[in-house]
Formats: sequence, C-alpha cells, structure tokens
Amino acid sequence: MDLHDLYGDIVREHSMSGHNLRHLEHPSVVVPGRNPSCGDEIDLELSVEGDRIKDGSFTGVGCAISRASVSIMLDLVRGRTLDEAAELARLFLAMEQREPLTDRQLDALEEAVALKGVSNMPARVKCATMPWHTLLNAVEVARGTD
Amino acid sequence: MIQGSKADFPFFAEHLQEGRPVVYLDNAATTQKPYPVIDAVRRYLTESVANPHRGAYQLSGEATSRYEAARSRVAAFLNATSSDTVVFTKNATDSLNLVAESYGRRHVGEGDEIIISIAEHHSNLLPWQRLAQENGALLKYVYLDETGMFDMEQFRQALTDRTKIVAVTQVSNVTGIEFPVAEIVRASHDAGAVVVVDAAQSAPHIPIDVQALGADFLAFSGHKLYGPDGAGVLYGATCLLQDMPPISVGGGIVEEVTERTVRYMDPPLRFEAGTPNVEAAVGLHAALDYVDAVGFSRIRRQEQELTGYLVRTLQAIPGVSLYGGTEGVARHGVVSFNVGSVHPHDVATILDSQGVAIRAGHHCAQPLLNFLGIRFCCRASLSFMNTKEDIDALSDAIISVGRWFDGSA
Ligand SMILES: Cc1ncc(COP(=O)(O)O)c(C=O)c1O
Ligand SMILES: [Zn+2]
Repeated sequence: MDLHDLYGDIVREHSMSGHNLRHLEHPSVVVPGRNPSCGDEIDLELSVEGDRIKDGSFTGVGCAISRASVSIMLDLVRGRTLDEAAELARLFLAMEQREPLTDRQLDALEEAVALKGVSNMPARVKCATMPWHTLLNAVEVARGTD
Repeated sequence: MIQGSKADFPFFAEHLQEGRPVVYLDNAATTQKPYPVIDAVRRYLTESVANPHRGAYQLSGEATSRYEAARSRVAAFLNATSSDTVVFTKNATDSLNLVAESYGRRHVGEGDEIIISIAEHHSNLLPWQRLAQENGALLKYVYLDETGMFDMEQFRQALTDRTKIVAVTQVSNVTGIEFPVAEIVRASHDAGAVVVVDAAQSAPHIPIDVQALGADFLAFSGHKLYGPDGAGVLYGATCLLQDMPPISVGGGIVEEVTERTVRYMDPPLRFEAGTPNVEAAVGLHAALDYVDAVGFSRIRRQEQELTGYLVRTLQAIPGVSLYGGTEGVARHGVVSFNVGSVHPHDVATILDSQGVAIRAGHHCAQPLLNFLGIRFCCRASLSFMNTKEDIDALSDAIISVGRWFDGSA
C-alpha cells in the first residue's frame, strides 16, 4: 500500500486546514453524520436559498479522511443547486464503490478525486463516504423544508 | 517440538504483507493460532466428526468424548473442582449474557444493586445495564484511582446489603491493569453478593484458579487464548448453575419433554442447546495444552519484559501520550496511547502500511475512555511470542506518523 494514494497533498491539506470547520450563522439544515467504525461524528450545516446551496460548513470530530472528505465536498457543492449536489454525491459514492466513471464524471468531482485511493482500503471507505451520505440526507431535508 | 515463539505459529510464515511477516500487536483482540491447535482441529475434522451426545454409534461416542475431554481440560486449566462447572458458549460475551439473563433475571429485583467497574468492556457492561433497567435495579460504578487501579475503598462503600451482583474484569482490555479480584470477591461475599469475573484479558496472561479467587462465575474466550473462534467458557459454581434456567432451549438439553412440560438436564449440558461447536472445543483443548507446555511462568516473564520495553519505548517518542496507568503499575501486555492529535484510525492506517497491526478506536469500552477523557485511542497488545524487534518496528512506524501529519512527507 502506498500511503500517498491515501494521504495525498490535497487530502492532508483539507484535513488540516479547517476552513470549513465552523458554524453557519443561519443554517437551513443541520444533519448529523456518524461512522461508528471509526468514531467519525460530524454535523453538516447547509444554508439553502431556493434550490441553491449558498454556504456550507461542518462541526465535529473525525479522522483525517473524513475531515478531508467533508471539507472537499463543501468546497465542491457551495453555490450549486440541490440537484447538482445530489448528483455529485452519487458520483462520489459510485467512485468509492469502484464503479467505472468516465473522465468527464471524474472531472466533475474536482478535488474529490483525491479520495479515490480510499476505495482500495475497505476499512476506511466509510470515512470518505459518510459526509456524502450525510449530504444526500441534507438535500432531502432541505427539499422537505421548502 | 513446541518453541514458545513465533515459530509455533504458521501465520507468520504464511501471511506476508509486502513480502514480510506482519508485526502483530493486536493480541488482545484475538491471537494467532499455533500449529498444535490447527492440527487438533484438522484431526477432528478429518477423523472423527459426528454429532456428540446424540448417536448411539461409536463415532458419536468419540465426538462426545473429545468434547467432554475438552471440558475437563478447561476445568483443570481453571483449577475448578469438577468439569460440571464448565459451560461451553460461543465466546466471553455469550457467557456474560448467560449469567445476566439466567442468574441475573432471577436474583436481581426492584431496588437491588449491581456493581461494575468503569473499566468494563461493553460485553461486561451492557448485560448488566439492561438487566438493571429492566428489573428496576440500580447499576453502580466503581471508578479508578489516580494510578489507574480499581478503587477498593470506593467499592467497599458502594457495597450494601442490596448488592446482588458484582461484575468486574480481571484485566482491562484498554489499560492492561489487573484488578484485585480475590479481594473484591472477599468483600462481595461478606456483603452477600455474587461475583462475576470477566477473564477475557487475564486468561491469556496469568494462571487462573477459580478456587483461590473464590469467583462465583468467570468468563473467557478461547480465541484470545490461542484457540479457535467459537469456544467460549462460562465457569459457574455448581450450586449456582443448578438453580439457573437455560436461556436458549431446544435439542440436547432435556431429560423429558411432553406436550406441555419439560424437565431439563443438569448443568452444564442444560445451557448448551443445539449441536455444540465440537471443533472449537477440541481446538481450545489443544490451546490450553499448548499454553501449559510453554508455561505461565515463561509467558509471564516474557510478557512482563516486553510490556516494560513497550511502555519505555512509547514514552520515549515525542508527542505520544499513554493512558490508564501510572509508572510502576503492572500491565498485562496491553498499552493504550495516542500520537499527538492524529486520529487513531489514521495512525493505525499509517502503521498498517508498514506491516504493523494495532487496534484503534474505543475498544468497546466507551465509558472508560470517557472517564480517561478521550474518545478514541490506539492500543498495542502483546503476546509472549512477540519480540523487541516487533516493538522497535512499532516505534519506527509511530515516528513516521509525524511525517504525514506535520506536512513534511
Ligand atoms: C475484557 C473483555 N471482555 C470481554 C470481551 C469479549 O470477548 P468476545 O468478543 O470474545 O466475546 C473482550 C474482547 O474484546 C474483552 O477484552
Ligand atoms: Zn474515519
């Protein structure tokens, strides 16, 4: 196993940067994400206007993979519609399940592609996917509260 | 010939990770299996499989006698007076649940008390938590003193004439510290309480004498003691087992069944409904023979030396914090730690990439970790067959963690 596939620069920077680790002033939805296998516990906050994600953040504790994953995800979906965010989440989850993605699909995931290496480590896959499952839940909640 | 070293364990030759044997430091979770255990299971599976206690033919008699021989071997291992005190279960968890569900449900009522320590594994906590909740009893905890030791003073104060059960671990699976079980038993018996000992982490490291301990019940898992999965043990004093109803009912445990009634067999068969796991019992038998052949005095000497070396090695690494015991407190092969603020799962992954296997997480002891003021930690746990080189490899791997999470890799 080459650790660079797991803890590459992008992953390490996001895991340590903490620029998305904060509370929003007026979140529209706050959705918990839990990964008992690792003890990752995050709360995802989104502020949604109409069908667009204006801002997002998270709080909580987790391993480097989960922190990087949620941070990369927030940078990716900020400013997108709920539908676009949900589509990106589905793409990401497909990537982690080692489903073949086209170059265009991989491009759409931008920095999140840095987490592709986690799919080779069954023990850590949930760390990477948990934030995106949480995002799908948050999208559902946001749609419901319209 | 038994060597009392890794040479006895085919795993180290057979399982190579990137060309090298694994540095296996997760013995508290489960142990690798020495060849006498593997051979015994293979021999049973090739030569004498039959359903014990059932068939009238010779082969069934042979399976029965192997199974019962394993039971006698366990009784001897525990210095129990009779093999009737030994119930085979799936694992320690199953054993502890059996005591709580059978003995506990009958003897713990509204307003009664159960005392456990804060250091219990969830398997010796949840059965009592549930029992207390469902029967309206009070679950009391005994905490640890500043050295990480079971606080005997606090315990004496917690004991009352309403205390029906005291359930404690003999060795903590997080700190490796041994609790004064014999003393706990004496105090409990003076108060009229029955004592359940969780020996899952002690049985691999120290000889257990249920008579000297005075334990009423004692549980352990064969798989942590070089045996196969699927053989757990519940020791129970005969007078207590006699009065206990089975939890799982069905074939193999009855004297007589009518349309409306049943008369159960005597213990221990009463608690072993269904076809038993003979191969696991046979493997456990071989494991106990193996442990005795190596000898507890040698096991103890090697493990104490290795544990001391492990503690000193970890203490010497900058940024590493150790939990759960102060200097000079004896530990049995188990040491928990964190590496700076790096999440234990990342530490474990980085170590794994260098062929070092440790455990990371809450170790099924969340209340204890909470008491220690942490949420998760890493745990290295030793067996006598580990070496100082294993600990050096652990140390090198831990030092490398800083290269990944200081930004300098
Ligand atoms: C102290 C202690 N008790 C109980 C158990 C449960 O053992 P098992 O999972 O074999 O039932 C363990 C094992 O993790 C343990 O360390
Ligand atoms: Zn994680």
